[in-house]
Amino acid sequence: MPEKITIENLNAWFETKQALHDINLSIQENMITAIIGPSGCGKSTFIRCLNRMHEVVPKAKISGKVLVDGKNIYESDVDPVDIRRRIGMVFQKANPFPTMSISDNVVAGLKLSGVKDKKILDNIAEESLKKAALWDEVKNDLNKSGVSLSGGQQQRLCIARALAVEPEIILFDEPCSALDPISTSKIEDLMLELKEKYTIVIVTHNMQQAARVSDYTAFFLYGKLIEFGETNQIFKKPMEKSTEDYIVGRFG
Amino acid sequence: MDRPKLSFFRMSKLSGDFIFKGVVGLFALGIIVLAFLLFREPFIESQLSRNAFGFGFLTGSTWDPVNEVFGALPFIFGTLVSSFLALLIAVPFSLGIAIFLSELAPEKLRTPLSFIIELLAAVPSVIIGLWGIFILAPFLRDYLAPPLSTYLGFLPLFQGPMYGLSMLTGSVILAIMVIPITSSVSREVIMTVPTQQREAALALGATGWETTRIAVLPYARSGIFGAVILGFGRAVGETMAVTMVIGNSSHISASLFSPSDTMASVIANQFLETAGSKLYISSLIEVGFLLLVVSVIINIGARILVWKFLKVERGAA
Repeated sequence: MPEKITIENLNAWFETKQALHDINLSIQENMITAIIGPSGCGKSTFIRCLNRMHEVVPKAKISGKVLVDGKNIYESDVDPVDIRRRIGMVFQKANPFPTMSISDNVVAGLKLSGVKDKKILDNIAEESLKKAALWDEVKNDLNKSGVSLSGGQQQRLCIARALAVEPEIILFDEPCSALDPISTSKIEDLMLELKEKYTIVIVTHNMQQAARVSDYTAFFLYGKLIEFGETNQIFKKPMEKSTEDYIVGRFG
Repeated sequence: MDRPKLSFFRMSKLSGDFIFKGVVGLFALGIIVLAFLLFREPFIESQLSRNAFGFGFLTGSTWDPVNEVFGALPFIFGTLVSSFLALLIAVPFSLGIAIFLSELAPEKLRTPLSFIIELLAAVPSVIIGLWGIFILAPFLRDYLAPPLSTYLGFLPLFQGPMYGLSMLTGSVILAIMVIPITSSVSREVIMTVPTQQREAALALGATGWETTRIAVLPYARSGIFGAVILGFGRAVGETMAVTMVIGNSSHISASLFSPSDTMASVIANQFLETAGSKLYISSLIEVGFLLLVVSVIINIGARILVWKFLKVERGAA
């Protein structure tokens, strides 16, 4: 099984507060890896280190290595802009661009890469919306504003937007935490389809979600990686006491 | 230590409260009365002029105190042209400043820079006017006007001689006075754009400038538009500095090199020279009334735009 991302001795800080301690972890290609743990355990910080979004926060710092296909993305000759084009992200709160139409939202990233041909853009918009299972619901409203959609649709629009630039990896940062159960299950089904082509990392505070969709699970606590393994094993036979406590709901 | 004795009757506190409320209430009421009078007086005092010229006052291009024929078009024209030109110069500057301060400037620079810009708004306009007369006007005359008339002289905008005091000089001065308000309000508006919007663009692989262009500015556009209109209001109403540098001429000319006048500057310049002519005075007051109405409308419109934007954003955050 090829490793897509290898994290070596990763530490992260906000100003002087250390949010991640010495994380070592490997993420497999074409698999869904779930990051679970209670609020404030560093799981969002961790996922934001994988596409260099952590450094966007003022005074945030990082040390250690994140190797994508064997190449450290924190090397000085690497442009974070290129990394973010290869590694897409879907955020906790759906954030479509409110002044853009639905189709413009989807192709926003492509336009940044210099694609201007209207026909190509339209085709990719359609294709991405289909991949994000949103096409049938919006195909007659492509010129409407992205924020006219429901919360779940907006989140799928953001997934389509991330897919349109053809990333290799997609990071999901609690993508369903603001959604109802039906929208949530649509997005979970979608992730299972997407893993055929993409490597997926999802942060979730919902353990059932992690159990339903992921192949591997990492449990974080107080900024440390406590346990990592196949999802089945983590949920059925956790090795660590604190993992078990969290999974059975003793805290968190 | 002995506790201070608490008086049983707290009359003093009660009556103090009553007087306090009454006094501040009266002050507040005073503002409303004042605002009302500010409209009422010029309206009454301009009766003579309104009766004499009617709506022709707005379209008449002759301003002839000797023959007592008064039409305000040259000043309406001067106000509009100088204000638009001022915005043309000031808006790119202001947006640049606002973007720099909110998106790019290091934390340490932000506060001092914003402070300096707001200080610029506090410079007395007569000082800016003096600077305009002695520094800016000669500079524009000697260094900007010659190339403009050489290379763009075929345009009516840049024809004729430039003596220094002109529509162009007035507009540049106005631009300088517009920049502080437009940039500080734009900055405030841009600061309220949610972080998620910026991150949405960054995560797609947008550079800093691209993030500003696709996520920040479109999101803030209605608020920025309000900031620009506020600047327009400032330009329309500004009097002292522009009176000093615009050249004071009540003729409409297509050339920006010609001396001109605005509604505000003609009042400041001429109200002592009416030599007892009641119609002259009344006409100047009518110009003032028009200016007042226009400024109030512009300012209310702009503030509503900005308030609405900030309220929605802060409410949502």
